[in-house]
Amino acid sequence: MPAFSFNDTLVLAATMFSVGLAGVLVRRNMVFMLMSLDIMLNAAALVFVAAGARWHDATGQVMFVLILALAAVETAVGLAIILRLHAHGRPTLDADAGNLLEG
Amino acid sequence: MATFLIPLLVLCPLAASLIIFISTGRMGARGVGTVACAGVGMAAVLSIIVSVILLSGPATGEVQVTLWPWMHVAGFSADIAFMLDRISLVMILVVTIVGLLIHVYAAGYMQDDPGIARFFGCMTLFVAAMLVLVLASDLLCLFIGWEGVGLCSYLLIGFWYDDPANTAAARKAFYMTRVGDVALLCGLLLLATTTGSLRTGAVLAAVTNGQVSASGVSMAAFFILAGALAKSAQVPFQAWLPDAMAGPTPTSALIHAATMVTAGVYLIARLHDLFAMAAPVMALTAVLGTLTLLVGGCAALVQSDLKRILAWSTISQVGYMFLALGCGVWQAALFHLMTHAFFKALLFLAAGAVIMRARHEQDIFRLGGLRHAMPGLTVAFVAGASALAGLPLVTAGFYSKEMILSGVWHVRFGLTRDWSVTGHPLWAMALLGAFLTALYIFRCVFIVFFGKPGTVAAGRTSRLMTIPLGCLCILSLFGGVIEMPDTLPSLHLFSALLDPATPLSHADEPVWLVLAGAIVPLAGLALAWMLWGRPSSVMHGARTGGGLDARHDRLAIWQHIPDRASTAAGGLMRAASVRVFTIRAGFLDMLARWGGSIGDRGALLLDRLHNGRMRWYAAWIAGGLCVALAVAVLS
Repeated sequence: MPAFSFNDTLVLAATMFSVGLAGVLVRRNMVFMLMSLDIMLNAAALVFVAAGARWHDATGQVMFVLILALAAVETAVGLAIILRLHAHGRPTLDADAGNLLEG
Repeated sequence: MATFLIPLLVLCPLAASLIIFISTGRMGARGVGTVACAGVGMAAVLSIIVSVILLSGPATGEVQVTLWPWMHVAGFSADIAFMLDRISLVMILVVTIVGLLIHVYAAGYMQDDPGIARFFGCMTLFVAAMLVLVLASDLLCLFIGWEGVGLCSYLLIGFWYDDPANTAAARKAFYMTRVGDVALLCGLLLLATTTGSLRTGAVLAAVTNGQVSASGVSMAAFFILAGALAKSAQVPFQAWLPDAMAGPTPTSALIHAATMVTAGVYLIARLHDLFAMAAPVMALTAVLGTLTLLVGGCAALVQSDLKRILAWSTISQVGYMFLALGCGVWQAALFHLMTHAFFKALLFLAAGAVIMRARHEQDIFRLGGLRHAMPGLTVAFVAGASALAGLPLVTAGFYSKEMILSGVWHVRFGLTRDWSVTGHPLWAMALLGAFLTALYIFRCVFIVFFGKPGTVAAGRTSRLMTIPLGCLCILSLFGGVIEMPDTLPSLHLFSALLDPATPLSHADEPVWLVLAGAIVPLAGLALAWMLWGRPSSVMHGARTGGGLDARHDRLAIWQHIPDRASTAAGGLMRAASVRVFTIRAGFLDMLARWGGSIGDRGALLLDRLHNGRMRWYAAWIAGGLCVALAVAVLS
C-alpha cells in the first residue's frame, strides 16, 4: 500500500525537477549547479521508482540504481574539473567566468 | 566474327595506353612510339577488316555487340553495347587511319621530349575513348567516350604544364566543354525519362513513332545541340579551341582538328532522325553553323600565329558541317568531316614540321621564304591549303564543300506548319565563307613559304614524319573523288555507302551552282596573291615612284577592305562582350554582396548563441525541450 498516490509522486517529481532546473539556470556557483543537477536526476529517478511501484515492475528500481551511479560519477567528474580549475590558478567558482576557453 | 573484332578494336589502343602508362619511365622513346603505333595500327587493320565484313553483307546490315549490362532499374536500363553501322564505319576508319598516321608522325616529332610516355599514353587513351564514342550504341555508353575524349584533350593541352599559360588553356577547354557536357546529359536524361532506354535505335524509334511529345523532342534536341556546339567549339563556345593550340602539334592535329571536335557533328548525324523532328533546332543549327564559319574565317584572316590560323580555320570548317547538319544533309557533313580530317591533319602536321625546323617560331611574319629551305613541306602545306580552300577538281575539299553548298541551296526550313524559309541567304554566306577560307589560308601560304626569307631553317624532317605527310597529301588531294556533283561525272560512292536505301537526290542542280563553288576559291586565291603573294605587293614594304603609286593606292584600298571589315566585326564583338561582361559582373557582384551580408548576419546570430556560458546552453536545452513537448502534446 503506497503512502503516496502515483499522481502525487509525479507532482513531487515535477516540482523537484523544476527546482533543480531553476538552480542550474540561476546559480552561478558551480558547486551549487552540481547539486541542482543531482536534484534533477533524483526527480527523474523518483518517477522511475513510482512507475515501477505503479505497474509492479522491478525495472524501475534497476533504473534508479543506474541513475544513482550516474549521479555519483557526474558529481565526481564535476568536482574534479573544479579542482583542476583551481590548480590552474582560477580562484573563482563562477561558471560564467570560464566561457573563453583560455586554458 | 565481327562481334568479336569490334570490342578488340577498342581494346587495342586501350591496352597500348595501359602498357605505356604502367611502364612509364622504363621504356625508351622508341619503345613507347612503337607500342603506341602498334596499338593504333592494329585498330586500323581491324577497322578495315570489319568494314570489309560489313560492306560484304546486306546493304542495311549492322553489327550489334552487347558486352555487359550496366544498370537495370525499373523504367530504365543501360548496357555497355557497341554497334557498327555505316555511319560509325566511316568514323572508325577516319579515327584509326588518320590516328595511325598522326601517331607515326608523333613518334618522330616527340622523340626528344622527356614526357613522351605520358604523351603517347594520353594519345592512345584518346583513340580508345574516341572509338567508344563512335561505336557506342547506347547513348550513355557514348557519354563515357564523350567524357573520355574531353579528359584526354585536357591532359594533352596542358601537356607542357611548366608554363601556366598552357594549364590555363587546358582548364579553359575543360570548363567550356563541361558546360556542353552538362547540357548533353540534360538532353539524354530528358530522352531517358520518356523512352526508358538510351539505345540509339530505341530512342529514334520512340521519337519517330511520336511516343515523345513535340516539345520534348525539341528540348532534347536543343540540349544535345548545345553539347555538340561546346564539343565542336562553335559559336558561342568557340573561344577554347584557339587556346587549345598550347598542346603539342600532333595533339592539335588528332584531337583539335581531325576527330574530337567533330564528335558533335557525329552525334547529330547519328541522331539525325531526332533532329529532323525538331525543325526550329535544325534552323538554329544551320544559323549557328553559318555564323561560326564566318566568325572563324574573319578571325583566321587577322591572326599571326601559324597554329592559331589553323585553329580558327578548324572552327570555320566545323561550322560548315553544322550548317550541313542543320540543312538535313548529314551525309555531306560526314563527307566534309572525312575530307577535313585528311587536309586539316595534313596542314597541322606540316605546320608542326615547319615550326620545329624553324626553331619553334610560330609567328608567320617572322617565318618567310621557306620554299627554298624546305620544298617538301611546302608541297605538303600547299596541298593541304588547296584542299582547305577547295580549289576545284584537284582537291578533296572541293567535292565535300560542293556537296554541302548544293544541299544548302535546296533546303527549306519549315519553321511552322505553313511558314518556311529558304536557305539561299545561308548559301550566299557559306559561299562568302569559302572565299574567306581561300583568302586566309593562302595569305598564310604566301607569307610563310614565299616572300622575304625570315628565320633560318635548321635540321631536316625525319623519315618518320615525312611518310604520314605523304599519305595525308594523297588522301587530301584524291580522297574526295568518291563523291561528285551531278554536273561532273556522276559518282556517289560515299552517300551510297552511308545510306544505300535513300540516296541523296542531286536532281535539278543548276550548273552555275557548281561553277560558283569552283570560282569563289580561285577568286580568294587570286586576291591573296595580289595582297600578299606578289613581290611588289603592299605587304612587302611600301615603295614609291616608278608609276607604282597608282597601283599602290589601289592595292592599299583593296587591302583595307578585309581589314576594315574585320576591325568593324571585332569592334562590334568587343562592345557586345564588354556589355555582357558588365551585366554579368554586376549580377555576380550583387549576388556576392547579398551572400556576404546574409552570412555576416548569420555569423553574428550564431556568435550570440555560442557565448560559452553553460547556463545559457542549459536554458536553450530546456527551452527547446519545452517547445518540442508542446508541439508533441498539442498537435
